[in-house]
Amino acid sequence: MSAPLIEATNLVKLYKMGEETVHALDGVSFTIPHGGYCAIVGPSGSGKSTLMNILGGLDTPTQGRIVIEGADIGALDDEGLAQFRNRTIGFVFQSFNLLPRLTALENVELPMIYAGTSPKERREQAETLLARVGLGERMSHKPTQLSGGQQQRVAIARALAGKPALLLADEPTGALDTHTGQEILALFSQLNREGATVVLVTHDHEVAAATQRTIEMRDGRIVADHASGRSAA
Amino acid sequence: MMRTSDLVGSAARALRSNPLRSALTALGVIIGVASVVAMVALGSGAQAQVERSIASLGSNLLIVVPGAARGGGGVRGAAGGWDSLTLDDAAAIAAQVEGVLVVAPSQRSRAQVIANGANWNPQIEGVTPAYLTARDWEIAQGRFFDESEERQARRVVVLGATVANELFPNIDPIGETVRINGGSYEIIGVLESKGQSGFGMDQDDIVLAPFTTVKRRISGRNRRADTVSQISVKTVSEEYLTRVEEDVTNLLRQRHRTREGEDDFTVQNLSSITEAAAQTTQVFTYLLGGISAVSLLVGGIGIMNIMLVSVTERTREIGLRKALGARQADILHQFGLEAVALSVAGGIIGLVLGVLGAWLMTSLFNLPLVVAPQNAIMAIAFSGLVGVLFGAYPAWRAAKLDPIEALRRE
Ligand SMILES: Nc1ncnc2c1ncn2[C@@H]1O[C@H](COP(=O)(O)OP(=O)(O)O)[C@@H](O)[C@H]1O
Ligand SMILES: [Mg+2]
Repeated sequence: MSAPLIEATNLVKLYKMGEETVHALDGVSFTIPHGGYCAIVGPSGSGKSTLMNILGGLDTPTQGRIVIEGADIGALDDEGLAQFRNRTIGFVFQSFNLLPRLTALENVELPMIYAGTSPKERREQAETLLARVGLGERMSHKPTQLSGGQQQRVAIARALAGKPALLLADEPTGALDTHTGQEILALFSQLNREGATVVLVTHDHEVAAATQRTIEMRDGRIVADHASGRSAA
Repeated sequence: MMRTSDLVGSAARALRSNPLRSALTALGVIIGVASVVAMVALGSGAQAQVERSIASLGSNLLIVVPGAARGGGGVRGAAGGWDSLTLDDAAAIAAQVEGVLVVAPSQRSRAQVIANGANWNPQIEGVTPAYLTARDWEIAQGRFFDESEERQARRVVVLGATVANELFPNIDPIGETVRINGGSYEIIGVLESKGQSGFGMDQDDIVLAPFTTVKRRISGRNRRADTVSQISVKTVSEEYLTRVEEDVTNLLRQRHRTREGEDDFTVQNLSSITEAAAQTTQVFTYLLGGISAVSLLVGGIGIMNIMLVSVTERTREIGLRKALGARQADILHQFGLEAVALSVAGGIIGLVLGVLGAWLMTSLFNLPLVVAPQNAIMAIAFSGLVGVLFGAYPAWRAAKLDPIEALRRE
């Protein structure tokens, strides 16, 4: 088998709060293969977001090594990190994080601007991506003119821009009602079937059940790592 | 790598999204640049005016007057008195100094001139025909007296434009007579107008009469007949000015048996006076410009202030852009460009307003409007520099933001 997409070894993240030291991550190791579909679950404060931010190149671990697609993230400089976030990672946030002044189309174009893609190619790709997430009719809408589910679809289209190797989603359904959340989840499942590697954080076990594998965290450690409910079915 | 067109586009979009704020932010620079441009244009106009009017006294001209020079170029009357220069001195200069075109001795006097029941108190200048050449002066009407009329002390006068207008507002003065000190004189010509001199005197408030006439009949009654109040020396060209100045000085020292420091005469070089006056106004111009530049600085601080506010407001956006792949350099350029665009736009508007203001003021003060293209370019470049200087810190703050912290901010 080829090398895994993600290889995390003994990740530690410490936050010093005055006298106290918070172990947000306390020795986390795992690998995720290409094409994997993985859920990270655990109670609030267990370190899920911290792990996701490190995977996404937004944060650096205090200790440990993280290699994604052969690149040692800890060794990258600002330029390298920016390129990593731009090309390798597609990040989906709980609160969508769309720029309110831009249309749906322009929001999807944003990462491609930093990739230096030509305006024409950007537009075409963004249109294709919006159509793919089911928003072909809403391209020129501003975020405020879209529902929560629609906004999250725009955010997913944006994450897909530039064909990243890894799709990261930190509680992507957390701000949505159950029904809409399921639709978004179905979209992730579909993207995974089409070949994307997806890691998502959730505290909803039903959401986790839709994936191939569930990693459970508590107090900055992995306490369980097993196949999700679906794999049995 | 971001494309330049995208960089410009995002800056333009950000500025357009809050037009009132953008306009108010640029206002500081607008006022700064407008006042710098207006002040410098006004100063340059004053400078041009001074140069022009001093040049109107005559080109390539040296003026020899009695009395010693004071430090600043003024003349002290004491040493040698007012009678130290004579017609013989003038003749000697004409005969012995090389590079001299004409030498024109003159005798200044002041007297009441009466005509038509009106009276006027102009300066009366007793001159020889060479005076017109020395002073680059032309006759507007009639004629000037010739050598023989001068020698014979004929009772003829040529009026300056101001005197002609005051005494003969509606009549052609040629052929009319005026009374000076009880004698009557025929008007044979009127001089063309020269306007104000660089020292604020009306050069047209003058009556020219033959030198001998003034000496014998108007001023010279109690004085020696051969003294003069001024000798105008015109050189053949500008290159000769310094040499002729030296030669005239040496010749007169020889004739008057004086040494340096004890001279009873002064040789004034008009071009050096022009230079000094121009320098004074130039210093004045820089001073005004400098004071106005302070307001440009205040404008820059305004830009920095608003850019800092903007960075704080858009912290989340900056975090997101970084998460999507913006480099520190991209963020730095985006915010830097916004600041520079604000200040350069302010600079261009300020330039237009400044030129407009300068035009208003110069037409008010009757000065020529001088806007040097390099000053205009300087104004724009300087406002760009203000944008770079004061935009740098906020942009740097934006670029250095931690993406996680930034995304967590509400
Ligand atoms: N910037 C920070 N400063 C201090 N402590 C932090 C910071 N970010 C996270 N933490 C702490 O790290 C732990 C893990 O946080 P997080 O990864 O957000 O948990 P989760 O996403 O699982 O709820 C928590 O105890 C949290 O308080
Ligand atoms: Mg979290």
